[in-house]
Amino acid sequence: MRIPLSWLREFAEVPAGATAEEVMTELVKVGFEEEDVHRPTDTLQGPIVVGQVLSLVKEPQTNGKTINWCQVRVVPEGQEQTLTGKGIDPSGVQGIICGAHNFVEGDKVVVTLPGAVLPGNFHISARKTYGHLSAGMIASVRELGIGEDHDGILVLSRIGLDPEIGTDAMELLGLYDEAAEINVTPDRGYAFSIRGVAREYAHATGTSFTDPASRVNAPAELSGGYGVKINDDAPIYGKPGCDRFVARTVRGVDATRPTPPWMVSRLRLAGVRSISLPVDISNYVMFELGQPTHCYDLDKLSGDIVVRRALAGEKITTLDDKERALDAEDLLITDASGPIGIAGVMGGAATEVGDSTSNILVEAAHFDEVSIARSRRRHKLPSEASKRFERGVDWHIADIAAQRVVDLLVELAGGTADEAGTDVGTAPDPVTIELPAAFAAARIGIDFTEEQIVTSLEDLGAAVVKNDGGWSVTAPSWRHDLETKEDLSEEIARLVGYDQIPATLPVAPPGRGLTRVQQQRRRLIQALADAGLTEVLSYPFVSKAANDTFGMPEEGAARSAVKLANPISEEQGFLRTSILPGLIEVAKRNHSRGFRDLALFESGLVFLPAEGMGTDSIPPLGVKPADEVLDRLYDGVPAQPFHLAVVLTGHDSPAAAAHAPRVWDWADALDIARLAGDVLGVEVVVSQGSHQAFHPGRAAKLSLRTGEVVGYAGELHPKLLAASDMPARSVALEINADALFEAAPDVIVARHISTFPVATQDVALVVPAEVPADDVLAALREGAGELLEDVALFDVYAGKGIEEGKKSLAFGLRFRADDRTLTADEASAAREGAVALAAERFGAVQR
Amino acid sequence: MTETLPGAAIPNPTDEAAITAAVDQATAAIAGAATLDELKAVRLAHTGEKSPLSLANREIGKLPKDQKAVAGKLMGASRGRVNKALADRTAELEAENDARILLEETVDVTAAPRRRRAGARHPLSTLQDRVADIFVGMGWEIAEGPEVESEWFNFDALNFKPDHPAREMQDTFFVEPPEAHLLMRTHTSPVQVRSMLERELPIYVLCPGKVFRTDELDATHTPVFHQFEGLAIDRKLSMADLRGTLEHFARQMFGDEAQIRLRPNYFPFTEPSAELDIWHPGAKGGPRWIEWGGCGMVNPNVLRAAGIDPDVYSGFAFGMGIERTLMFRNEVGDMRDMIEGDVRFSEHFGMEI
Repeated sequence: MRIPLSWLREFAEVPAGATAEEVMTELVKVGFEEEDVHRPTDTLQGPIVVGQVLSLVKEPQTNGKTINWCQVRVVPEGQEQTLTGKGIDPSGVQGIICGAHNFVEGDKVVVTLPGAVLPGNFHISARKTYGHLSAGMIASVRELGIGEDHDGILVLSRIGLDPEIGTDAMELLGLYDEAAEINVTPDRGYAFSIRGVAREYAHATGTSFTDPASRVNAPAELSGGYGVKINDDAPIYGKPGCDRFVARTVRGVDATRPTPPWMVSRLRLAGVRSISLPVDISNYVMFELGQPTHCYDLDKLSGDIVVRRALAGEKITTLDDKERALDAEDLLITDASGPIGIAGVMGGAATEVGDSTSNILVEAAHFDEVSIARSRRRHKLPSEASKRFERGVDWHIADIAAQRVVDLLVELAGGTADEAGTDVGTAPDPVTIELPAAFAAARIGIDFTEEQIVTSLEDLGAAVVKNDGGWSVTAPSWRHDLETKEDLSEEIARLVGYDQIPATLPVAPPGRGLTRVQQQRRRLIQALADAGLTEVLSYPFVSKAANDTFGMPEEGAARSAVKLANPISEEQGFLRTSILPGLIEVAKRNHSRGFRDLALFESGLVFLPAEGMGTDSIPPLGVKPADEVLDRLYDGVPAQPFHLAVVLTGHDSPAAAAHAPRVWDWADALDIARLAGDVLGVEVVVSQGSHQAFHPGRAAKLSLRTGEVVGYAGELHPKLLAASDMPARSVALEINADALFEAAPDVIVARHISTFPVATQDVALVVPAEVPADDVLAALREGAGELLEDVALFDVYAGKGIEEGKKSLAFGLRFRADDRTLTADEASAAREGAVALAAERFGAVQR
Repeated sequence: MTETLPGAAIPNPTDEAAITAAVDQATAAIAGAATLDELKAVRLAHTGEKSPLSLANREIGKLPKDQKAVAGKLMGASRGRVNKALADRTAELEAENDARILLEETVDVTAAPRRRRAGARHPLSTLQDRVADIFVGMGWEIAEGPEVESEWFNFDALNFKPDHPAREMQDTFFVEPPEAHLLMRTHTSPVQVRSMLERELPIYVLCPGKVFRTDELDATHTPVFHQFEGLAIDRKLSMADLRGTLEHFARQMFGDEAQIRLRPNYFPFTEPSAELDIWHPGAKGGPRWIEWGGCGMVNPNVLRAAGIDPDVYSGFAFGMGIERTLMFRNEVGDMRDMIEGDVRFSEHFGMEI
């Protein structure tokens, strides 16, 4: 909401020299955030004065244009030019070249004299052009920054002005005024008006306030006016769409009269441009009182006005000349011809006020918030009117606003008001709230005095009656947001000042610290960072193709993903089922910025939808739903496991003197997966895997000992890397960290540490090339029996000396007994047992 | 090198002058040896089997009985002196040798390569942990919830009326189909509702996490960002308790000088509601109040939705943006730096913030 200071000053005690910033500093105390300042003089500086065109000589140019060489008087005849400066003629007459042709000798115009500055940092100076010294400019509204019209210069008589020559045009056009823009929270519809903000300014400063409504003399009753019926047969939530309709008529209006500059200026600062006098008046009253009104061309109406819901198939052409299909829920203003407006949102084109209009019907109605909000959303027609109706308008202001419009039409447009008028509808019951005496103090923590409570509430416009336990408070009609004792507590605290609230520190009961999973998550993230990887974040929005590629391979099942109804980009319209697509994008971005050696990781939720996600309906607010309803809400939320993903590309360390960095390879991806398991105390089992995103021969399936698959690691598929402009041989892993957390042991039982000497034996086994080393190792472990302490693969060899299709695996075995020193024979026997089992399972032959 | 001193006559083991001369010759040679190799040659020449002293020593056997004792004493002492000189010189030369080798092994330490890559946390993640630790230190617990959430938890349970403008102002991502009433949580407040439904009273929880709004990414907006929200439900909590908690937190976060300010505001889930500002003495362009978050006393309708009796319990809640906190605490100028995953951003912070 933008508040022109001159307007606010009419109703509140704003100091004469106060700036918009100073006004906002006051308003912020009562809860209106500062948004912006609108001050024409920030971009516009004088001297800018009224001048009269004394002579105008048309001079055709070789380029086909005709320019006017004008002599313009900028000081009243017989007076001296008091301005001095380069280019200002002491005679009081300026020679000016002007390209516009919409004026004649004798017209009064706005002259920007040398030294003036116009919006866009355009400095005016005397300059030679078209063979003359042009000392100044005859300005258009666009050049002054006060309008869009640039068809010609501003001729003052056409906006109803005949000022004295030399008058300060900035003063004349209201350009010294400024507006403070504040943010109005959605509960405070009343503050979308000068009336509401002036009242709040008075609260903030402790000064007095004049209600603009009090300056309007509306008749106590209206009758005999235009026929109006409210006929809502489908109220939303049981609330009638319209509960008041005031109609007034004014005849003999000259709709073509210019809107006075003071009104244009205030409207412009408030953020709306001038359209025509009747429309400007309607807007002006809306900004002043908060009540949207609408002017109809009375002669275009036929029959009674009926406020009703739309019928099937009904259409309306709105003021913006668009035909709109109406919905049965739309509340309409209709006459015998059909719809003439979407209530509270936009009027119809057929009954629009135009230049030829002479008789006007003024509507000031009160509509239901929800009904207006839905129509506005449905037709995507946000307007100043709908904004106010959605947030709630004072029911009791409608007749006053209508009267104010009538008064202005009479005063400015030369109309005559009909005495008869219409006012139908029923006032809502006032809201009365019981406020127990100690309640506000307990909720806020300030020991309010009785006087503070009563004065604050009365200042708001509430009626306060003392009773046994406290007060009965009747909220003012414009404060729809005041419904409970908590609401009143806020108002009291707000008016007394939030800065009065003391600070006390409540003590929580003994806490249990971070949960197991929270600790595990931290350990995992920290371990990866400690291992030299860099944590990054990416968005969870991905394409369908990305999910298809990176999702866990499911046998035969179509991969599904959560789809967004309103994504930022349709291309990335799904939620990730894998972190890798986002992480690869991050890797690419870094790569393109010149970082070739990358070790990136990200952790976060992925989204796995199930059939029948969500719930058909949702329970109402303010009540705890039944257990089975709650269960359905819980169950309807899709599974969102916490994943960890890693991408490695380039080298493991920066190149340096006397250091050869190692190229990240597939084994690093597996290594990090195992490290992730290690730091959590969970064994990650690696087996040959197959995943569409990975190199078919260089992918590992990651599982738990139970067989549960928890992820994949290895080299990314060469085609995928090429298609996504990633360096060849980049490797990656993704693992369901939640599954690791769950598999982590609760208690680790200590092992006996034997101090007897170790006996080591190496063995080289030739096996078929396709036999996984890990399986051979498992056979050795099993076959060696209890004496085996550890076994590790230390070499893999194929080639000369080894039969085609076979490979040699070399293992180191460590034997140790708990209770004695092993003899060489014992160790050898254990080794033989190990080899025997490997031979049995895989045909392994000792080299 | 030769094993004997050529032309040397065998000295008489009783001839003290001759023996002393041989010893002096030996010690001079020992002292003159510049390297361990030279010393080895000297040792062989002067103490080897064919050295004058060894040969003289052998002569003792041939002496008459009465001379043996005198000669033995003379030879023993003489050979002792030579051996000691040898041992001393050996130690000296070895020490010199060791020192030389170490000197030769000198490297340019400033040319050392970095072999290990220091990893880095994302500062948003580090900051989130730090905030959580402050509250855990106060006895609060950390609560979490899903990012795709039921509309009821995100809005209705929090007293957002179905057609109220406040609901629309949240710029919500809805999940297809909209009739299923699922959305991406627009704030971490649904975790508060879950906490109230699932936990025993009193409740003191902090809910950090990712939230989503349909804003395009620019210098100050991002569709995905992080919040932390606090919720306390207990008997007799007031706005003064809220202020006290926020002040304590602000001081833990920004130092003892930190100040906060509450301004009236509106949120459907709190009444009264306030905007929370923090005084930032080091702000670019001079000290000023910075908008940090929102807070207020939990609306009784929110308590009712969770089955808590608002006549017995009251509570307060607050919420701040982690990005915003990082932006003014660590002078991050552009939201995109936090979002794009440029390694320079994380690596500059390392494990700290």
